[in-house]
Amino acid sequence: MSTTAQSGSAVMSLAPSTHLRRRNLIQLVITRLMASATVISVLVTVGIVLSLLPTTFRLLREITTQVFGTVWAPLFTPSQYGMAPLFTGTFIIVLIAMVIAIPIGLAAAIFLSDYATFNLRRIVKPILEILAGIPTVVLGLFGLYVVNPEFVEKYWPIGEPLAYTALGAGLMTGILIIPIIASVADDALSSVPRAMREAAYALGATRREVATKVVVNAGLSGVVAALILAFARAFGETTIALMVAGSYPKLTANPGDPMQTMASFIGFAGIGDAEVGSSAYNTIFLVGTVLFTVTLILNILGNRFISRFREAYE
Amino acid sequence: MATTSTSLQSRVSIDRRIKDISFTTFLSISIVASLAFIFYIIYRLYNNAGYLLSWDLVTFFPSYDIDTAGFQSSIMGSIWVVGFATLFAVPVGVMTALYLEEFAGKRNRFTALIELNIQNLAGVPAVVFGLIGLAFIARGPLSWGFTVGSAAIVLGMLILPVIIIITREAIRAVPPSYKEGALALGATQWQAVNKLVIPSAIPGTATGTILAVSRAMGESAPLLLLGALSFVTFNPTGLDSGFTILPLAIFKYASDSREEFQVLASAGCLILLAILFAMNLSAILLRDYTLRKRNV
Repeated sequence: MSTTAQSGSAVMSLAPSTHLRRRNLIQLVITRLMASATVISVLVTVGIVLSLLPTTFRLLREITTQVFGTVWAPLFTPSQYGMAPLFTGTFIIVLIAMVIAIPIGLAAAIFLSDYATFNLRRIVKPILEILAGIPTVVLGLFGLYVVNPEFVEKYWPIGEPLAYTALGAGLMTGILIIPIIASVADDALSSVPRAMREAAYALGATRREVATKVVVNAGLSGVVAALILAFARAFGETTIALMVAGSYPKLTANPGDPMQTMASFIGFAGIGDAEVGSSAYNTIFLVGTVLFTVTLILNILGNRFISRFREAYE
Repeated sequence: MATTSTSLQSRVSIDRRIKDISFTTFLSISIVASLAFIFYIIYRLYNNAGYLLSWDLVTFFPSYDIDTAGFQSSIMGSIWVVGFATLFAVPVGVMTALYLEEFAGKRNRFTALIELNIQNLAGVPAVVFGLIGLAFIARGPLSWGFTVGSAAIVLGMLILPVIIIITREAIRAVPPSYKEGALALGATQWQAVNKLVIPSAIPGTATGTILAVSRAMGESAPLLLLGALSFVTFNPTGLDSGFTILPLAIFKYASDSREEFQVLASAGCLILLAILFAMNLSAILLRDYTLRKRNV
């Protein structure tokens, strides 16, 4: 009798109490729940790919080599699907944006990492964040009403710029990506060990020499990442290009002319209620696929560079 | 000491010193120019449309008559769409972040894939989210039409990766000793996370979420594809309701050929900037408040 009671209590103490069992059950349910939430972000990516590809392939089978033509007029009859004007428009606007943003963005990054005092940094950084937070529609409006008429129309020497110009769109996109370059590059430059700077100072280098020859070189992969990510952001910018550069896909190299980018075409063609299966509907998915693929490659590349400097210094 | 430093400095050639000074000047000009640009935009907008600012702008609905045209339905539309996008993206984002940081265990192929996916999702152009919205949500399988619900899902997907990244950073900033102490006392992982990690990570997550939400508030491109650039003279009444949003109402007025409406668009920009400024300010105040509380 006493032995059975003893063995019974031993079993009791080894088996988890209901309280403990409930605890473990909660743990299990919550872990499963969170794992399934994690899957949602993957589903979004899968959804993007699935939404783009079928329509794109269907259209490509129909138009085949026409995509290499030089006239983009998919919404007219007869439709023409030459993507060259969208490519030139996109690259010219991104190029102008980069020309503006690289020097200013990198200057801001070097200033923050090597020149600003702690207090100055605390003021400048949030203001740059505000610049990053200006909605694209505001930048677009400013480009359309201020930059185009007061700057491009007056001073651009080639041709006669009209209300819409690629130059204005490029300038405003440049403003948009300055904070991206500044913050990513600043992260990289600030993580360069102080010992490297001190060694250079000890050898008699001036502040500029330390910043440009030592710090920028040491943080180079981060700087490259900043440029790649900024490029990708400019590449996909829709509203600014649509408002400032207009919606005329002109094949030209003159930044004073209106142009259409890949992203702004999607925005433009999508404004009208695009019927499923209509040529407007099909072409926005074709252009969307190109846009998605290019930015995906750029982002993968950019993030590779970021993890490289993280590995080196953190 | 002072003399040594001057004698050392004098050994730096004039050429190098001039280069140094001009480089510093270049840096300062770049910084001042980009900061001044913000104020210049606001100045020009105010100069152009400041006289229009009144409550009428916020209470009037869109109209073809300039005297009674305003932004009410678009402001309400933005609040509805962004509100529901937040309700969708924050729980999913926070759970994903918690899973990756606390429950996934060691890095394996699954978590590496998820991380790569989130990083790249954050870089997908906003307009592409409009395409998935058009193909699957507004049309196609879900066929929800051009409604508040469709738009909220699209904006929710757009800010999801941002919220995940921000929350993970906030969780990582919590000292591991908090959790380890609880685990040593026999708590389950969930008890430790729920009682210690989550409360400490809330301020960082909240601050970051406000910033992500204000980004969604200013976003215009994806909703171009969901019919938001239309003349809507009523406030949303539910998820199935038609809608417009403030950035696209600005866009609409801006593309009007009449100058009065262009001025109205500038006034809309001032309203949008004021809303975003208020949101950003509350994020900064929240961050400062919690930092001070923690330091005391």
